[in-house]
Amino acid sequence: MRIHSCHFCSSPVYPGHGIVFVRNDAKEFRFCRSKCHKNFKMKRNPRKVRWTKAFRKAAGKEMVVDSTLTFAARRNVPVRYNRELVAVTLKAMERVAEIRAKRERAFYKNRMRGNRAKQREEDRKLVAENEELLKQGGLVSRERIVAKAVEEDIDENSMDIVESAEQREEVLVKVPVRRRKQKN
Amino acid sequence: MKVTWKDIAPVPNSTEFLDVVLNRTQRKTPTVIRPGFKISRIRAFYMRKVRYTADGFTEKLQEIVESFPRLDDIHPFHQDLLNTLYDRDHYKIALSQLSMAKHLVEQVSRDYVRLLKFGQSLFQCKQLKRAGMGRMATIVKRLKDPLLYLEQVRQHLGRLPAIDPNTRTLVICGYPNVGKSSFLKSITRAEVDVQPYAFTTKSLYVGHFDYKYLRFQAIDTPGILDHPLEEMNTIEMQSITAIAHLRSCVLYFMDLSEQCGFSVEAQVNLFHSIKPLFSNKTVMVVINKIDAMKPEDLDPERQQLLQTVTVESNVEIMELSCHLELGVMEVRNQACEKLLAARVEQKMKGTKVNDVLNKIHLATPSIQRDGVERKPHIPDAVFTMQKYDPNDPMRRRLARDVEAENGGPGVYNINLKDKYLFEKEEWKNDIMPEVLDGKNVYDFLDPDIGRKLQELEEEEERLEASGLYDSDDEDIFETEEDADIRMKAEWIREKKKLIMNESRSRKALRNRAIVPRSKQRKSLTDMEKHLDSIYVDHSEISERARGRAESRDERTTEAGVDVIMREAKRSKSRSRAPSAPAVAPSRFDAGLAKQSLRAKADRIEKMHQRERNRLGRAGEADRHYTESMPKHLFAGKRGIGKTQRR
Repeated sequence: MRIHSCHFCSSPVYPGHGIVFVRNDAKEFRFCRSKCHKNFKMKRNPRKVRWTKAFRKAAGKEMVVDSTLTFAARRNVPVRYNRELVAVTLKAMERVAEIRAKRERAFYKNRMRGNRAKQREEDRKLVAENEELLKQGGLVSRERIVAKAVEEDIDENSMDIVESAEQREEVLVKVPVRRRKQKN
Repeated sequence: MKVTWKDIAPVPNSTEFLDVVLNRTQRKTPTVIRPGFKISRIRAFYMRKVRYTADGFTEKLQEIVESFPRLDDIHPFHQDLLNTLYDRDHYKIALSQLSMAKHLVEQVSRDYVRLLKFGQSLFQCKQLKRAGMGRMATIVKRLKDPLLYLEQVRQHLGRLPAIDPNTRTLVICGYPNVGKSSFLKSITRAEVDVQPYAFTTKSLYVGHFDYKYLRFQAIDTPGILDHPLEEMNTIEMQSITAIAHLRSCVLYFMDLSEQCGFSVEAQVNLFHSIKPLFSNKTVMVVINKIDAMKPEDLDPERQQLLQTVTVESNVEIMELSCHLELGVMEVRNQACEKLLAARVEQKMKGTKVNDVLNKIHLATPSIQRDGVERKPHIPDAVFTMQKYDPNDPMRRRLARDVEAENGGPGVYNINLKDKYLFEKEEWKNDIMPEVLDGKNVYDFLDPDIGRKLQELEEEEERLEASGLYDSDDEDIFETEEDADIRMKAEWIREKKKLIMNESRSRKALRNRAIVPRSKQRKSLTDMEKHLDSIYVDHSEISERARGRAESRDERTTEAGVDVIMREAKRSKSRSRAPSAPAVAPSRFDAGLAKQSLRAKADRIEKMHQRERNRLGRAGEADRHYTESMPKHLFAGKRGIGKTQRR
């Protein structure tokens, strides 16, 4: 019994799951689910299908070169059972998994670095371009909205002006400027 | 070398021969000469005919000559057999006549072709051709007798038994009626006629049998009488031929009971007279019919006479009775043994035997290389091994014993792990974990995993020191301004998306006609709603529109933009009567002075129609053009059926 990996998406295939296609040259193709099998039958290239591990690795979205990845390998020389060795191995597996997770997190962070600034720049540009729309919506600036909301609050409820930050956050909603109909 | 001649093609007689060849010429060469052919063409025409006929004759004759065996090329036994059966001279002359005829035909054709080359006219050419073909025909007609003879020979030759002169052969010979055929019948499956009179067998018969996985052939010969060779007839000569030429074991059959009609003396004499034929052969004298008379029962004189048979060569006397099946197999086996021995001996005398002997030579060094004795190696375990004894309490324990101790078959299960080879005994029954956290443990199992892990840890320390894992969340906290911009951008995006969706859904036709914008009706409330949605103040416009609509109420006509306003107005004043347009006058009632005349008109119409309806004829309105050429009858390919019946 072993956990195979899906030929298409590289996800683990547990015993009793999935389907195996054996080509007439005896090569085995294991699939974790019918989705992968169908995609294979459609002759899709896993490297070009975005949801597969192969794509993510090819596109640089996942860690490919790392020493933690060299631990698991199918070897041609069978290793005879040794209690101590197995004990060490089990411990090592846990430790390797831990380190790998850590590194993957770091990798992800590194990959995502600079995205926020970029997004901010885009936002700025968008706001600058759509000044007109904002005016129509009455969303000229945060201060003004807040001010207006506060004004209305005073008008309608004659309540105390609460200046706490939480309250201000609450007020930060889209406030359409609408006059009441004159005639009813 | 050929042994049978079953596949010789039938030989036609001379008339058939002529018919075949001349017919073929007629069929395969041009037959018509038209006026105006040049003389060269006419000459070629006839030359072709002559040549073609000659070719036909020669080809056929050649075929016949070649299909018959050439006496010089076949085994002497067959040569002699053919000589006795068909007469060597006769056979050769017949064949040579055929080949002579072939030559003659060729010559005739050559002559006449030469003559035809100088033919002056159509008539002359034709006469030359006639003469040529006539001469060929005459030559072939003269072959009547040889052709007939050869046909008979062919038929007889095809039925000769397939005697292979080179294999292991037993030849059975003796006086007539001594039991040769019954012996053949008892040792082989050959169907030989056995009758109680002399010369039942008139030709050679062959039967086959197996001895020591070898195939033997036994040849039954016709009986021989004791007289000089020159006086022997064809039937006897066949047996002489077989005895003389086949390298075989000869079984000379004798009948001491004299039931065959020949005395013992005569039989012994015959043996002596044909003895010259037995040179280089193994010979056995077989005394048949011992059920009737045994050699012991003979009077001493005759016994003495019988013993003269064995005097010179290694002739053996055996006894059997075909009638009682006594000693048949013994005789056969003894004969076969002797034959095989003789054959081996003969081969040893030949020159070819050295080739074989070289190969099977076994070298045994006569001179010892050194004083060391080289004995075969036998392991010590073989000597120390005790013989297994099931009753001995100290016997070896077998797997079977273990099974019996643990509940016997069906209950006991072999523990295969007992045979595992591990460093420590107690590891044998460990359960190896196969999977840990969704990973195969075996993939990680590596003898130097400790070292690798150590390296990894060191690397990890280095990386940590280099600050790989230091969090650099410089922009986790955003400024107020940034937050404002982000919020606005989000709002803009959403808004844009909404606008886009709306316009798209507006553009969707949904199976409706496109109404031009100017003709679309738009209520005041719709407009207000829209302006509200895009946050435009519309109070002024609305007020103005309402005011106008009110003032327009009194006026009668309305058009243009004001139509829009009508809707709003109407919702309030439902009571107003509709100003429907005037109805166009119905053409149905056009010619009627009064509406009340309508019924009368209907009635009159009905009356007029009634007669026509009754007759059921086509009315004038029933104009119909029948199709002149219905397409389905004239277009396309025809399938099943005829034109009229589809």
